[in-house]
Amino acid sequence: MIRVQEGDFNIGEEIEALRKDCSGKVRTDIGAIVTFTGTVRDALRASDGEGAGEISTLTLEHYPGMTEKELARIEEEAHARWPLQASLIVHRVGTLLPGDNIVLVITASAHREAAFEAARFLMDYLKTSAPFWKRETGPQGEHWVEAKETDDQAAARWREE
Amino acid sequence: MTRLLYFAWVKEKTGIASEDVDLPESAGTVADVIAWLKTRGPEFENAFAQSETIRAAVDQTHARADASIAGAREIAFFPPVTGG
Repeated sequence: MIRVQEGDFNIGEEIEALRKDCSGKVRTDIGAIVTFTGTVRDALRASDGEGAGEISTLTLEHYPGMTEKELARIEEEAHARWPLQASLIVHRVGTLLPGDNIVLVITASAHREAAFEAARFLMDYLKTSAPFWKRETGPQGEHWVEAKETDDQAAARWREE
Repeated sequence: MTRLLYFAWVKEKTGIASEDVDLPESAGTVADVIAWLKTRGPEFENAFAQSETIRAAVDQTHARADASIAGAREIAFFPPVTGG
């Protein structure tokens, strides 16, 4: 499942929902649940120079329509690569504050290895393929966060394997 | 008519989020569209000055500069993504 939303998410509730089948019973074929949560850091990126200060807000813009398609495509690819029982990607948009949740990835599998690997894969691809852009507001005004080469390298690693 | 969309700093530089345009018939690829956009005034020339850093999507699918735009209804231009 994928969701793009302005509001916050509750990690515990999302895990509980993911564990239940359509009749509301807790599934017993899941042996491992991995969650990753991305949160807003208050420090500006090191690449912005020493003493750049702290951010006051982070605003996420996205491409409605394409975002949902990309997230669904990424999730489908994860299910093709690993034996997953269930998965969830939630990404927030709009203006966020330091400490706020940005993104949630949950993967559930019979065994932990598939759940760990798939969660990592989803985040690596989400960072490089899903059309979201971050804009930071700090002491020196507003600026767009630049893409990191290390994110591209992390995503490229999955293509080599 | 083709809908063009601009996001993040590309949108700020062009000054518009979207527009419907008649692309020149000679434009066959994403790169051709960018070359044409650059001729449309200083805002567009500035927005696409570093065209190698700009990413594109044709009908909501990532597309390289040499990708065909034949039959495209929607072409989007944006910086490398920074979500997650």
